[in-house]
Amino acid sequence: MSKRTMRGETAIIGVGETTYYKRGRSPDAEFKLVIEAILKASADAGIDPREIDGFASYSNDRNDPSRIAAALDIKDLRFSNMEWGGGGGGGSAACAHAASAVATGLADTVVVFRGLAQGQFGRFGQGARVPHVRGDQAYTAPYGLMSPAQSFAMRVHRLYEDHGITQDTLKACSLASYHHAQNNPRAVMYGRPLTPEDYDQSRWIVEPFHLFDCCQENDGAAAMIFVSADRAKDYAKTPVYFLGGAVGSGNRAGSGAHNATDYATSNFKTVAPRMYDMAEVKPEEVDVAQVYENFTGGVVMSIIEHGLTTYEEANEFITFDNLVAPSGKMPINTSGGNLAECYMHGLELNIEAVRQVRGESCNQVDDVNVSLVASGPMVTPVSDMIVGSEAVL
Amino acid sequence: MANPGAYYLGEGMPAPAPAIDGLDTEYWEGVKRHELLVQNCNTCDRPQFGPEWNCHRCHSFDLGWKPVEGNGRIYSWERVWHPVHPALQDSCPYLVVLVELPNHENVRMVGNLVGDPMQTVEIGAEVRPVFEDHEATEETEPFTLVHWEVV
Repeated sequence: MSKRTMRGETAIIGVGETTYYKRGRSPDAEFKLVIEAILKASADAGIDPREIDGFASYSNDRNDPSRIAAALDIKDLRFSNMEWGGGGGGGSAACAHAASAVATGLADTVVVFRGLAQGQFGRFGQGARVPHVRGDQAYTAPYGLMSPAQSFAMRVHRLYEDHGITQDTLKACSLASYHHAQNNPRAVMYGRPLTPEDYDQSRWIVEPFHLFDCCQENDGAAAMIFVSADRAKDYAKTPVYFLGGAVGSGNRAGSGAHNATDYATSNFKTVAPRMYDMAEVKPEEVDVAQVYENFTGGVVMSIIEHGLTTYEEANEFITFDNLVAPSGKMPINTSGGNLAECYMHGLELNIEAVRQVRGESCNQVDDVNVSLVASGPMVTPVSDMIVGSEAVL
Repeated sequence: MANPGAYYLGEGMPAPAPAIDGLDTEYWEGVKRHELLVQNCNTCDRPQFGPEWNCHRCHSFDLGWKPVEGNGRIYSWERVWHPVHPALQDSCPYLVVLVELPNHENVRMVGNLVGDPMQTVEIGAEVRPVFEDHEATEETEPFTLVHWEVV
């Protein structure tokens, strides 16, 4: 049996996003933001949005593809898909699903989108105001373990214990994202530089996370358009090819009350090798990486679990100098990412990966042919994608 | 102490209640008697937590409960400084610990670590359960939480 793969069969032809706002600052309704992002991605590609025939999203997105299809006057809706799971773990999964729908003939022109107006629908960073909690939450929330930061902090202390990783690696990830945002006019933290002293002096949210280890809460929307590789050159921009994707998590990652078999993990240990295998790429061939920051401790785990460094060398490798474009050994989060561009549940990272291959990044790395995205560390499922230039097909 | 009241955290936190489908009624009834229970498979005799409808190892539906034997061990911890709920306004900082149970294949339970919230927390430290009984309120039935203290 021949190897089953999607490598090089589809390409991203358009990307777009709305203005990114601080939480609660969007003047527009969430659904309107989604339509705007899709229209911008269509304009970027030079495609009539009526040609779109499929949608993929994640994280319980509220914006129903059937409503979007009606709003865009789409002729023939053929694919309507949602990855399970919360957080941003589904970002690259949605891209993989879009690519798979196109590669297998379910649809021809599929949009991946995420719309998020936390100001209109409630925040992620707050505990629920309810008299009772049941099920898995009953074992955590009454003890004041309620928010995402609180849910992941103990994984990071265990990482420190098991592997001798230090707080400086978290700091380096934070400083790199804020550094990159200073060159990105789209970034919510544009014009808001962060110094090492600012980081050190910032308040604890929950040890080991300082304020600047935590993602923002934002309003906005983002969209990407996938078509088959044989049509990809018919549009305005240089196609960026989908090389590989993978979704999932390891043994019993979703077991209750923090009983995952492997605890101090970003959940990429089984996922990343599958993505590299499909993409036919080795970790040392990755030119630039977008590594989802819900919290910087998860970024550190992800960098290690993608083979970009090792547990033994992580403290020496994960430094500000190595993480920044264009000169670092492994530039990450070159748009500013979830920390400093916008928390668009990571879809801004998938878009940035495309811009790096196109040569359009605000913090362009030289000669990018292989561009990685790791979506949603520590949640389950997580997902990965690698996109690349025509040169690596 | 950050929390001078009767409870480790402020009053008005969400109260735990048994699952609607009856999955963990025994656990919550047990802790009210100050008996800490862990789910255990009657077929393969292995423990699991949190509770589930089938054994994750042998897939048997024949699951029971066993009293926890011996002390626990701190597997990880966090000190919370930012209150994410109104009831926590006067409770920060506070300590959350993840405790593994060596006599039950190291299954883990979450709780608060009682004592000085600024104490140095050592992973691997031996801890024992402390039961915190909560009285009924207008909105909630009586319930009991399980905290931990260093031995």
